[in-house]
Amino acid sequence: MEPIIKLNNLTKQYGTFKAVDALNLEIYKGEIFGLLGPNGAGKSTTIMMMLGLTEPHFGSALVCGYNATENPIEVKKRVGYLPDTLGFYDNRTGLENLLYIARLNGISEDIAIQKATELLTRVGLEKDIHKKVGTYSRGMKQRLGLADVLIKNPEIIVLDEPTLGIDPKGVRSFLKLIHQLSREEQLTVLLSSHHLHQVQQVCDRVGIFVNGKLIAEGDIPTLSKKLLDEAPYTVEIRLQENHQENLIAIQNLLKQTQDIKNVTIEQDYLSITCTKDITAYIAKTLINAGFNLVHLHKKEFGLDDIYQRYFENTDENYRQTA
Amino acid sequence: MIFTNVILKIQMKTIDKLHNPISFIKEQIASSLLQTKTSKQEKIHPFWVMVQKETADHIRSWRFIILLTLIVLTCFGALYTSIGSLQEALSNTKDPNHAFAFLKLLTATDGTLPPYHVFIGFLGPLLGISLGFDAINSEMNNGSLVRIMAQPVHRDYLINAKFTAALITISMLFFSLSLLFVGCGILVTGLTPSPEEFLRILAFTVLSILYVSFWLNLSILFSVKFRQAATSALTSIAVWLFFTVFYQFAVNIIARALIPANGVDPMKMLGYKKLIMGLMHIVPSQLFNDATTTLLVPSVRSLGPLSYSQMYGAIPSALPLKESLLIVWPQLTGLIAATVLCFAITYYLFMRREIRA
Repeated sequence: MEPIIKLNNLTKQYGTFKAVDALNLEIYKGEIFGLLGPNGAGKSTTIMMMLGLTEPHFGSALVCGYNATENPIEVKKRVGYLPDTLGFYDNRTGLENLLYIARLNGISEDIAIQKATELLTRVGLEKDIHKKVGTYSRGMKQRLGLADVLIKNPEIIVLDEPTLGIDPKGVRSFLKLIHQLSREEQLTVLLSSHHLHQVQQVCDRVGIFVNGKLIAEGDIPTLSKKLLDEAPYTVEIRLQENHQENLIAIQNLLKQTQDIKNVTIEQDYLSITCTKDITAYIAKTLINAGFNLVHLHKKEFGLDDIYQRYFENTDENYRQTA
Repeated sequence: MIFTNVILKIQMKTIDKLHNPISFIKEQIASSLLQTKTSKQEKIHPFWVMVQKETADHIRSWRFIILLTLIVLTCFGALYTSIGSLQEALSNTKDPNHAFAFLKLLTATDGTLPPYHVFIGFLGPLLGISLGFDAINSEMNNGSLVRIMAQPVHRDYLINAKFTAALITISMLFFSLSLLFVGCGILVTGLTPSPEEFLRILAFTVLSILYVSFWLNLSILFSVKFRQAATSALTSIAVWLFFTVFYQFAVNIIARALIPANGVDPMKMLGYKKLIMGLMHIVPSQLFNDATTTLLVPSVRSLGPLSYSQMYGAIPSALPLKESLLIVWPQLTGLIAATVLCFAITYYLFMRREIRA
């Protein structure tokens, strides 16, 4: 399958500082891709280059088959972009804001009104159509933003920090809406964020972006596998008695299968890392061997752990190079 | 029988339609309404969509309403005083301009209030500055610049639309003011303006629009240059104050320093005068003043120094419009050049600008 977004060696420099450093990335039609990274990692700059709003110093961005630097108008016709600042006109109503964007995209007025009303209902703002945007809450503005990117019938929507400043409940419903829209309309979604938990819920694939470089890319289990010494699962077990002196015995017992990488014990607390989810097997083995289990917890690594690990690594790298 | 009745009724209806002008007009209105409905389905070019939005923004904004009120009030004040002194001015047959009643309306005063054209010269720059000082930086601080630029439009549409919209607003304002002035003049004096007077007033209106658009462009330039709207507004006002007040002081000081030691050599004196005039004429407000005076006072025949031989035998009389226009041509060109230069710099800076805040 041909990728709908293809970044090729994309580089942007501000003076000697490399905001984006030789970025290669492919995103396919219909997927939700999360661009993750701390503030100042170059996420927004990358998005700007994809829309042709900033010129790269090197490399190219192909979006929907068009080169974003040479043919930005064609790209901008097909991509809906919601900046992190939103940027609605506060002295206009929600409907007026949408109509303006629709008409800039060459949609005639009566079709635009119909479409805007439809979209505003869809994002749950039907009661606030004629209220000035200045009176909207942050969550409402975000939902208006979603209607705003959809009004031009885009093939791709790009959302920069879409969950910024909304309460947890709002985030969940907002992300659900994005997910639903993407599946129904076969939209490709690119969203950037530094909120890992939230992105984890909806993204098919994520890319982790630090200091202008994409340091990892893939779906979340793949990433965790790649990262955490190929042992993404940890089983934590609390035993009834202190078995610290029996460690060797337990190790020998459990290491009969190859999936278990490491076993440690601290008084009654047993921690086992493994490459596959074999919690049931571990429990069975221990019980059969006569141990009394009081607590069992399977710990899966989320993005936070992955992210943390990457930052630790890069920090170390920095210290070494410094 | 019933059948013929029905036919008769239908015939009556068509005849009614043909003969009743009211139903004809009604139908016309209905069809024109239908047409506006179809025009809604038309696609408007994005540039004009932007111009529409910007114009609406200007007209809805408080600062425009306040300045409009100020200008309208002062202008009608000026009109009132000039009507009061009109009788006197028109009966003065020694004055070569006494035949131009409507120009007198714009220039005559009894000393309590300055005349209309002086007011325009004073409030026009303020109007221009107020329409432009936050053109770009407010969009930038608000974050809307990025969102608009992410739509399929070229980047220069925005800056062109900002300028065009403000220009349309100013033009509407000045044309309606001038025409109102003429209208009031007709009502009050019972005279009608001669074609030449009317053309002179139109030329004056165009000149005012040009002058205001210079200040508009200057303030748009500052709005691209400075991030804060307050900074750009203050800078524009500072430039305006400098040119209207302090520049003349500065030129006077230079003039005093440069005055020829024994001012007897006429050639030296002429060169000196020309230099001072040249310095004075760099200022847009001076250009505007000279040009308006020439246009509204037809007897003005030169804006530079005249020698005795040039003056000799001249009869103090009004010049035709063409001659007056020839005299102000350098001023007009200077104003256009300054406006275009400001716009060019603004355009260049805006196109080079990183659009992210």
